[in-house]
Amino acid sequence: MNKIVSLLCGVIFGIGLVISEMINPEKVLGFLNIFRDWDPSLAFVMIGGLIVSAPIFHLFKNKNKPLFSSNFSIPTNKKVEKKLIIGSVFFGAGWGLIGLCPGPAITSIALLNMSSAIFVISMFIGFYLSSKLTE
Amino acid sequence: MNVVNFTPLSALVGGLLIGLSVALFFILNGRMIGISGIASNFLVSKKNRIENFLFLVGLMLGPLIYNLISSKEINMSISNSLILLIIGGSLVGFGTRLSSGCTSGHGISGISRFSLRSIIATITFMIVGIITVLITGTL
Repeated sequence: MNKIVSLLCGVIFGIGLVISEMINPEKVLGFLNIFRDWDPSLAFVMIGGLIVSAPIFHLFKNKNKPLFSSNFSIPTNKKVEKKLIIGSVFFGAGWGLIGLCPGPAITSIALLNMSSAIFVISMFIGFYLSSKLTE
Repeated sequence: MNVVNFTPLSALVGGLLIGLSVALFFILNGRMIGISGIASNFLVSKKNRIENFLFLVGLMLGPLIYNLISSKEINMSISNSLILLIIGGSLVGFGTRLSSGCTSGHGISGISRFSLRSIIATITFMIVGIITVLITGTL
C-alpha cells in the first residue's frame, strides 16, 4: 500500500503543479519580480497547500501511527544552523536564476523539455556533492 | 509595482491539490513531503528508495494525466543558456540538500508544522530569489 500511496501522491502533487502553473518558470519568476511586474499567484498556491496540510498535520500528529506505516517520521531538528541559512541562500539564487525548484523541475521532464532535463541532472549532481560534503 | 498575469483561482486549486498530496502522504505513509528530500534521498540513501522513486514517477505522470483529462495546453518556457541551467540546477540541488528542504519541504510541509527553521528558510530563499530576479532583470 505504501508504494501505491507514494505513486498516487506524486501524481496528485504533479497535477497540482500543472494546474497552478508552477511548472512554468515564467510564473515563478513573475512572483519573484516583486519590484516590477508582479504575479502574486505563487502566494495563492502556498495558501492553498497550507490550508489543507496544516490542519491535517496537527489533527493526526499525535495519533499512534499512520495507516500504512509503523510510525510517523517527523523532522526533529529545531536548530537554526548556518547550513540552513547558507543552503537557503544557494537555493534562492538558483531558483531566482531559472525559476525552477525541485518539484516543477522533475515534473516538467514529462514534457520532454531539454532545458529542464539539464537542470535536473545538474540538481542531482548538486544533491550528491552536498551530501558528500556534509557526510 | 504592477500586478500582472495574476491567476488566483488556478493557483489556489493547484495549491489545494498539493496540500492534499502532503496531507494524504502524512496520514497514510507517515512522512512529510519535501521534493528535494525525496529526490536527494532516492539518490543517496537506500531507505524508502522504492517509495521515493515511485513518488518521482508519479510527479512526472502528473502532466501526462492532466493532458488526458484537460484540453488546456500546458505552458512552459525556459530560455536560459546551457551554462545558466547548469549553474542554476547545481545551486538548487546543493542548497536544498544543505538546508534540508525546498519550496515544498520548508514552504508547505515545514510551515504546516509551524517549524521556525522552515519559516526562516522560506523567508531566506524568497528574499534571495527576489534579489536574484532584481539583478538578472537589470542586466
